[in-house]
Amino acid sequence: MTPIRRIENLALTCITIFAGLLWIFPLYWAFNTSIRSENRVVSDEAGLIPDEFNLSSYIDALFNTSLMDWYINSIGTSVIITFIVLLTGMMCAYALSQMQFPGRKALYLVVLASFMVPAQALVVPQFVLMNDLDLINRWGGIILPQLVVPVVIIVYKQFFDAVPKEMKEAVVLDGGGDYTLLFKVYLPLNWGITTALGIITFIMSWNAFLWPFLVITTEDMMTIPVGITQVNDAFGVAYARIMSVALLAAAPVVIAYLIFQKRVTEAVMISSGVKG
Amino acid sequence: MSMIRNNRRHKLVAYSLILPFVAIFALVFAYPVIEVIRLSFTDAPLIGSGDWVGLDNYKRLLSDRLFYTSLKNNGYFVLLTVVPTTVIALLIALAVNRLSGRMQALALVLFFTPYVLPVSVVTQIWAWMLDFQFGILQPVLEFFTGKPVPVFKNPFWVMPAVAVVTIWWTNGFNVLLFIAGLRNIPEELYEAAKLDGATSRQLFFRVTWPLLWPVTALVLTLQLILQLKIFDQVYLLSEGGPFNSSYVLLLMVYREAFQLNNGGYAAAISLVLFLIIVVVSVLQFQILRIGGRDK
Repeated sequence: MTPIRRIENLALTCITIFAGLLWIFPLYWAFNTSIRSENRVVSDEAGLIPDEFNLSSYIDALFNTSLMDWYINSIGTSVIITFIVLLTGMMCAYALSQMQFPGRKALYLVVLASFMVPAQALVVPQFVLMNDLDLINRWGGIILPQLVVPVVIIVYKQFFDAVPKEMKEAVVLDGGGDYTLLFKVYLPLNWGITTALGIITFIMSWNAFLWPFLVITTEDMMTIPVGITQVNDAFGVAYARIMSVALLAAAPVVIAYLIFQKRVTEAVMISSGVKG
Repeated sequence: MSMIRNNRRHKLVAYSLILPFVAIFALVFAYPVIEVIRLSFTDAPLIGSGDWVGLDNYKRLLSDRLFYTSLKNNGYFVLLTVVPTTVIALLIALAVNRLSGRMQALALVLFFTPYVLPVSVVTQIWAWMLDFQFGILQPVLEFFTGKPVPVFKNPFWVMPAVAVVTIWWTNGFNVLLFIAGLRNIPEELYEAAKLDGATSRQLFFRVTWPLLWPVTALVLTLQLILQLKIFDQVYLLSEGGPFNSSYVLLLMVYREAFQLNNGGYAAAISLVLFLIIVVVSVLQFQILRIGGRDK
């Protein structure tokens, strides 16, 4: 590499990282605000550099709001949604990919078509249904309508289609049925994609706003994204506390993302079909 | 005989595998699809039955000024977000893709992290950034307009501001798609082009851009669909105001169904939104496909 190219590269790296830091600035500013006292936040001396380490607004957020309830609701519902979506998705995809039965083509077409229907257009009848099932203000009401994720089936099917037939034969010769094949061969061969789909589904349900917002009206049953919107009303104008709550609400997904960075990146690429 | 029995067993196993998904799908998806259509021809309240009113809801919609306002705002929001976010994401992806190792990982984290935040966290952070009295971005606005601006309470600023927030929040996703697309372009193509003496401008317009076109088309289509469904950010930042200047179709569905108790009318609006999304995205996809063929 010539010295000029090297300097050019260094400059590009610096510019990109600087742009990235600028991009993430709102999060930094939220953090900086959250560790100040309310008085300092609105004073003229509140500069860009952290000058105070005041955790009182965090303590306030943790103990004077229902944040703990919201965490439990969010974790509980997201885990259940992710588990059911993956399990039902892989079962259905396996049948579509490896078995012959009347209605197979039709089912696959329905799955593909449902991709086009925006879930938001169904909130009215879904709400009526949840009311009929007596699931308003319950986990079941949050969970049920979020269980249809067609992309999981489409991606699983693609990956199952690509499994070499020889892998199947050994198990079939041993007298293994299709359930054995799915859970002992196809699933273990595709752990990577299962993790990826799991991450995407989890993030989606953790961050879901509109549906939980409609189906939950009591504060103790809210999920994190819905719950924290209540805090404004409760605190009035209290920026440090509002930012503390927002950051506490964001922390689990952000930390999970930072730990599983590579997996998340891959998951987004695979589930959008750009990377096979 | 045993072949037939085996065959039947095979089918039963297959049906048992698809049953859980099909049952859930039928209950919370297929049935609501039929219901939303049926409801749109009735005057039903949110909870409870109504009478068949034929096309009344649709006629009412056509004479509802709020409907046209919402339609216009949905379109305006699409203009403000879809192409800008695609361009910004492409630029960022090109820059990030040139980095290597740790620096690339770091840059990706910086640009992608907003995407994993819940929407209400995003809106609260930006409401604070743009706060009329104490917002850190107010001096920037003041520089351009000469005075502080209550962005989410100003009919001119509200939609562009919501668009900025939305782009900041969702852009990381598009960056990732573009990076995946860039990685799919074989290195040999660049080397061959370089050997032929191509300039870096030519490399971009003759190699990168045409080969990246399928991803660009995908990003544009996904963004269009996503941004037509705008609700969360508008609801949380401005509640459709001021003077309905950020009122959108999904907000109308919400108001009619959950605040004014007009289930049937809300169903009709949902259905119209659904049809708009289908038509627009099919049209766009076709246009983009043709655009790709010319290259």
